[in-house]
Amino acid sequence: MSYVNGLKCRECGRQYQKEPIHVCEFCFGPLEVIYDYDGIKNALSRKVIEGRPKNMWRYRELIPIDGEPRVGRDVGFTPLVRAKNLGNALGVDNLYIKNDSVSHPTLSFKDRVVATAITKAMEFGYDTVACASTGNLANSVAALSAEGGIKSYIFIPADLESSKILGTLIYGTNLIGVKGNYDDVNRLCSEIAANYRWAFVNITIRPYYGDGSKTFGYEIAEQLGWRTPDNVIVPVAGSSLITKVWKAFKEFEMLGLIGKVNTKVFAAQAKGCSPVTSAIKEGRNFIKPVKPNTIAKSIAIGNPADGYYGIKTVNESGGYGEDVTDEEIIDGIKLLAKTEGIFTETAGGVTVAVTKKLIEQGRIKKNELTVVSITGNGLKTIEAVSNRIGNPVIIEPRLGSFQEKFGKLI
Amino acid sequence: MAVKVRIPSPLQKLTKNQSEVSANGKNIKELFSDLEKQYPGLRDRIYDESGSLRRFINVYINEEDIRFLKGEESEVKDGDDVSIIPAIAGGVS
Repeated sequence: MSYVNGLKCRECGRQYQKEPIHVCEFCFGPLEVIYDYDGIKNALSRKVIEGRPKNMWRYRELIPIDGEPRVGRDVGFTPLVRAKNLGNALGVDNLYIKNDSVSHPTLSFKDRVVATAITKAMEFGYDTVACASTGNLANSVAALSAEGGIKSYIFIPADLESSKILGTLIYGTNLIGVKGNYDDVNRLCSEIAANYRWAFVNITIRPYYGDGSKTFGYEIAEQLGWRTPDNVIVPVAGSSLITKVWKAFKEFEMLGLIGKVNTKVFAAQAKGCSPVTSAIKEGRNFIKPVKPNTIAKSIAIGNPADGYYGIKTVNESGGYGEDVTDEEIIDGIKLLAKTEGIFTETAGGVTVAVTKKLIEQGRIKKNELTVVSITGNGLKTIEAVSNRIGNPVIIEPRLGSFQEKFGKLI
Repeated sequence: MAVKVRIPSPLQKLTKNQSEVSANGKNIKELFSDLEKQYPGLRDRIYDESGSLRRFINVYINEEDIRFLKGEESEVKDGDDVSIIPAIAGGVS
């Protein structure tokens, strides 16, 4: 049963049929899915949701597919971890980590959007999917298209981290390394998308794809006991996730599944690529594109597609945007690992470091309920920290050799 | 002074199905008013009601985004390539 009525332009409001399109023909604004919220309200309740399996499809009515999911049936419902140790280290009492670094199957939140997009692509009858990616999306498209038995073409910046390349090739996809940054890759893909009948998950079917990320927000609300936090810190690349987390909270509010939303949404970027947080800090509502230069490659998008809406979301919610240096990002990764035993990638280092900064600035208060979004796994960006964590102590296979280094216990 | 302007497919109905047209002007603003004279209706699609370039249109001069240059005041010269590209393009076919 489908609860999708069609698509609507976010800029000028023109409406379209349910098709594989993503841009308004008239004003080029992005399209978004129109849901039958009345129907959804009748079908969904806390009880209905709680009775379903623990994966993202428990919010099935709010995900823009018509039939059953075709791939990634076990994606989602990642842990919401009470982060007492990290909270102590940062001086706050009520801190949580939404941990998509353990997302099934490819260890980033992109599994949510890709499971949605590939299902939708298959519903539209495509036999080939494609994407422009900074790595996590590449991994997920490769894995889930393999599961769905359809072909895939994946375009990445040629200088990507080796684990992200390996973690894509292993699934037997067509991987194309483009000599340029993500924005170059994305521009090229726009042209390729116009010439090939492929479902580019983050271009051709972007309105459907993006709504898969809403499940990250639904889960936070449900796992907190059907309420939203005082603060949520979200890493920002293209600005899709941050707008969808907000949309998820507002939808739950509208459907009566939770009370009033009083959440402040905070955008987190790397200083070396901060078009969104700079705009927020300077009070602009438009993006000045930048040329990225940061170790946080997974979020290094200099010309963010949804940047305008990212700024709008933050302002509407009363949040703020902050950015951190590469040094602070590495410290953030190490801090999360040492305090909570969670190894995140550079984007997670960004959100942890930004959270620290926001607390120091007094924008996040000690007793407020704060959720830090961790969207990817540290094993994918080992280059970022490999020289910063020391080395194992090497010894001979003799007790004496061990005791030489560590002393005698008795 | 003629400058080549690449037209995205959704606007090609207005340019008699041409993907590339030529126009005159010393900067982007002048170039686009000349385009409107040649292909009436184009202006409404590129500019919003307040007269600013639409938020989801990117304009490039020789591959460089005009937001890195001087916006609509960015100068163009004979032989330059200007592209009008929807910010989130592709997948029209």
